[in-house]
Amino acid sequence: MIQLKVNGAAKQYEGDGEMPLLWFIRDHLQLTGSKFGCGMGLCGACTVHVNGEAVRSCLTPMSAVGGKEVTTIEGLSAHGDHPVQKAWEHVQVPQCGYCQSGQIMQAAALLKQKPKPTDRDIEAAMSGNICRCGTYQRIREAVKIASGQKRTVTA
Amino acid sequence: MSNRIQPASRRDFLTGLFSAGALILGARLVPAEQITAASDVKDATWNPNIWIGINSDGSVLIVTHRAEMGTGIRTTLPMILADELEADWARVRLQQAIGSDKYGSEDTDGSCSIRDFYDTMREAGATARAMLVNAAAAQWNVPLDECGAHNHEVLHKKSGRKLGYGELAAAAAKQPMPHNSTIQLKKPSEFRYIGKGVPSYDLKDMCTGRAVYGFDAHLPDMVYAAIERAPVLGGTLKSFDDAQAKSVKGVQQTVVIESAKPPYGFQALGGIAVIADNTWAASQGRKKLKVEWESGANAIFQTDTYKRDLIQTAQKPQKVVRKAGDVEQGLKGAAKVLEATYYTPLLAHAPMEPPAALAIWRDGKVEAWTATQSPQDVQKTVAQAVGIKPEDVICHVTLLGGAFGRKSKPDYVAEAAILSKKVGKPVKIAWTREEDIRFDFYHSTSAMYFKAGLDASGKPVSWLQRSVFPPIGSTFDGKSEYGDDGEMSMGWIDVPFDVPNFRAENGPAKAHVRIGWLRSVANVYHAFGVQCFIDELAHAAGKDPVEYWLESLGPARKLDFKGQAEKFANYGKPLNEYPYDTARLRRVAEVAAERSGWANKRTAKRAVGFAAHRSFLSYVAAVVEVDIDSGGKVRIPRVDIAVDCGPVINPDRVKAQFEGASVFGTSVALFGEITASDGRIDQGNFNNYPVARLNEAPLETHVHLIANDDALPTGTGEPGVPPMSPAIYNAVFAATGKRFRELPLRKQKLV
Ligand code: FES
Ligand code: FES
Repeated sequence: MIQLKVNGAAKQYEGDGEMPLLWFIRDHLQLTGSKFGCGMGLCGACTVHVNGEAVRSCLTPMSAVGGKEVTTIEGLSAHGDHPVQKAWEHVQVPQCGYCQSGQIMQAAALLKQKPKPTDRDIEAAMSGNICRCGTYQRIREAVKIASGQKRTVTA
Repeated sequence: MSNRIQPASRRDFLTGLFSAGALILGARLVPAEQITAASDVKDATWNPNIWIGINSDGSVLIVTHRAEMGTGIRTTLPMILADELEADWARVRLQQAIGSDKYGSEDTDGSCSIRDFYDTMREAGATARAMLVNAAAAQWNVPLDECGAHNHEVLHKKSGRKLGYGELAAAAAKQPMPHNSTIQLKKPSEFRYIGKGVPSYDLKDMCTGRAVYGFDAHLPDMVYAAIERAPVLGGTLKSFDDAQAKSVKGVQQTVVIESAKPPYGFQALGGIAVIADNTWAASQGRKKLKVEWESGANAIFQTDTYKRDLIQTAQKPQKVVRKAGDVEQGLKGAAKVLEATYYTPLLAHAPMEPPAALAIWRDGKVEAWTATQSPQDVQKTVAQAVGIKPEDVICHVTLLGGAFGRKSKPDYVAEAAILSKKVGKPVKIAWTREEDIRFDFYHSTSAMYFKAGLDASGKPVSWLQRSVFPPIGSTFDGKSEYGDDGEMSMGWIDVPFDVPNFRAENGPAKAHVRIGWLRSVANVYHAFGVQCFIDELAHAAGKDPVEYWLESLGPARKLDFKGQAEKFANYGKPLNEYPYDTARLRRVAEVAAERSGWANKRTAKRAVGFAAHRSFLSYVAAVVEVDIDSGGKVRIPRVDIAVDCGPVINPDRVKAQFEGASVFGTSVALFGEITASDGRIDQGNFNNYPVARLNEAPLETHVHLIANDDALPTGTGEPGVPPMSPAIYNAVFAATGKRFRELPLRKQKLV
C-alpha cells in the first residue's frame, strides 16, 4: 500500500506500483485539472508538484511517491489566486486552455526557485511545456508579471 | 444571409432545449454535473428565441452553439447577443448547445462563425431587448419612444423610472414577438462589447484546472477502452490472442470492432478494444495483445517514392483550372525564365488534447460527451455506427483542448458508442498521442511546379503553376484524385498577381491515408509555393521583394476570375458581399512592411521575409525576421502580422488567434512532417513529430489589426497560418542565400 498526500489530504493506493501518478490523480481521485498530452515527458501537460518540485506525473510511477506531498493545479491556491494564476488571467494567456494547468504548475515551481527569473531562466524552465495553440509570448509576459518584474500588458 | 429568428414557446424552451441540457438529464440518467458544469436553467422564465432565456432574478442565459477550441468563439457570439440586448455581461451565463438542427450548422470549422452568425446574434439580442422595452412601456402606460434599454434595465427617460430585466421577464414573455423587419439594431457608437471584447468565459476555469474537456468526461460506472488498430489504413484482422491481455489486473474483456471499409469517411477504424477499470489497465492490456493484421492495399505506401511520383506528375501537363492569355506564348517572349518545384509533406493536427469521448448506449439511444467541433456530425456518425436515427443521439459538447480540424471528424465518438452498445456500460475512449498521430486525417502532402517568364524590366509576363495532392474528397469517395472547387479556391486559382498570361493546373494523386482539413487547409501549401516563388522572381529581377510583390499585384481591382476559372468558391460567400479586393491585400502588405521596419532590417545575419495571402475572406500579410545563431540554427526574433478581417468583434481574442497562427505556422515551416513506410506512419509522439516550443517559437509576434468597419466581418482562426511558412522561408533565403523549396526546414539542419 502506498500512502501519500494530495493537495494536503491523505490518500492511499493499492495496485500496480508502475502506474503513473497522473492516472491516480485523474482516474482514482477524479482531479482532472492535470492533463495527458504525450505520456512520455515531452509536453508538460501533466505537470504537478511533488514535494514542491515540478514533475511530469505521466512518468512518475506510484511506487516513487510513497510518503510524498503532491500538489495539483486544484491545490495550488485556495481561490485560484496564486500570483501565477492571477497573472495568467490578467494577460489572458489561455486559448484552448488544455496545456495551461501544466504551464501554471511549471511557472509556479520556477518562481519558487527563482523569484525574479531572467528571460533565459524562463526559456529554460518553460520550454518543456508545449502549447499547441501557441500562447508562448503571453506565457513569457505572465511569468514576468507574476514575478513582479512587469506591471501591465504591452500592446 | 442570416438565419431567421424563430419564435419558440416556453414549453419548447424548457423541454426542447434545456431538458436535453446537463442538469435535467443529470437527474434522469447520469450525474452529469461531473461532466459539464451544472446549468441551473429550470427557473428561466422567458425565452424570446432559441438563443436566450431570462430568469426572474435577472440572470440571462445565452445558448452558445460553437465549439470552444481556443478561439474564444463560445464567448464571442453570446457577447454579440448580450451587446444588442443591453445586458450586463457579468449577469450572463452560457449554456453549451447540444447537437441539434435548430441552431443551423453547429460545425465550428472554416473560420466562419462570426460571418455566419453575427447578424443572427444581433437580431436575437435586439428582439429580446425590444420585447423588454415593450413590456415596460405597457406597464408604465407611456409611449414606446420615451423608453430605452440600458445595462440590464429599461428606463423611462421623462420620469426616471426603471425596471430591471428580471422584473420584466414575465411580462415581456407575453409580448408579441416583433417581426424581424421592425427590429432596431444598435449603432456602432452604442456598442458595449462589440469591438471592445470580453475575456473568455472559461478563463478562470482554465487557470484553475476546473475547465472540463472531452478527456475529462466521467461517469461513475464507466469503463475505459484502449483500442489496437490496424497499422495500415484498410488493414483487416487476421488473428489475435488476448489471453495475456485479459490476465492484466483490471482488464474486464476484449471486444472486436469491425474494420472500416472504404470510403472511410468518419467511420470508426475498427480493431480490438481492451475494456478495463481504468486508463492504465486498459493500456497495459492493449500492450499484451498479440495481433496479426492483413495489411491490405495501402501497404505499398512509401512517402519517399510517393513524393517522387507527386513531383513527376507536377512536371507534366495536367488539368487546367484557370487560364488567362497564352502562357507558352508569354514564355517565348520573356527575357528570363524561371522554374521551381516545391514540396510539402503530410501533417498531423496534434491538438494538445488527443481525441476523447464518453458514450452511453441505453434503450436504443446514445448519449455522448465529447470534444467535438461538430456535434451534428457526431449524431450522424454515431447513428450510422450503431444503427439508430441521428435524433436519437444526444451529443454534449465539452471544451476542446485544441482541434485545428481534427475534431470535426468524430471517428473516436463512434468507437465509444459502438463499444458501449457491446459492453452495456458507459465507455470512455481517450486516445494516446501515438494513436492521435498514427490515425489522423492528415493534412495533404503536395508537389507544386512553377514556371514564369519575366520581361526585360523584370516584370512577370507569364506564369504557369501545377499542384498535385491527394484531395480531402478521397476520404469520402475512394476514387477522388483531383482537388475540388474548395481546395482549388484556396490560394491556387485565386493567385492575385496581375500577369497577362496565367495558367493554373491540378494533377491527380491517390490517397493511402485518410486526408482531412487542417487549420487553413489547402492554403498552407498553395501559399507556401506561390509566395516563395514570387520572392524568387523578385530576386531574379534584382528588386526588393516587397516592392516587387506590390508591383506584381498591379492596380487596385476586384477579382472574380470569371472567364478564367470554372468556379471560384470564395469560401461559400457571394463576391458582391465579400469581394476579392486587391486594394485590401495591398494595404495589409504595406502595413506589415511599414510596422516591421522592413526597409531597414537587414544585417549580415538578420534578415526579413515577406508573404501576403487572402484566405477565409480575410487579408493577411506577414513579415518574419530570422536570425541564424552561432550554431547555424534559425531563430525568429520577431513577426509582424497585418490583418484586415473587416470589423473586429473581440480584439484581444483576434490578436491571440494571430499570435497562435504565428507559432502554428512556425511549426509547419520548421518541424512538421509525417512519413510512412509500408503504409505505416513512422511518427508517434512529440519526439519525432515535434511542434514549436517556447524557445523555438517567434519571440514576439506583433499583430496589427486594420479597422475596416465598412466591410463585413470575416475569418480569423485560420488566415494567419498561410503566410507564415513562406515568409519564414523567404527570410531564410535572405539570411543564407539558400533557396529551400521543401517543408520543413528541419530537414536542412537549420533547426
Ligand atoms: S503528458 Fe506528461 S509530459 Fe506530456
Ligand atoms: S492553450 Fe491550447 S494548448 Fe496551450
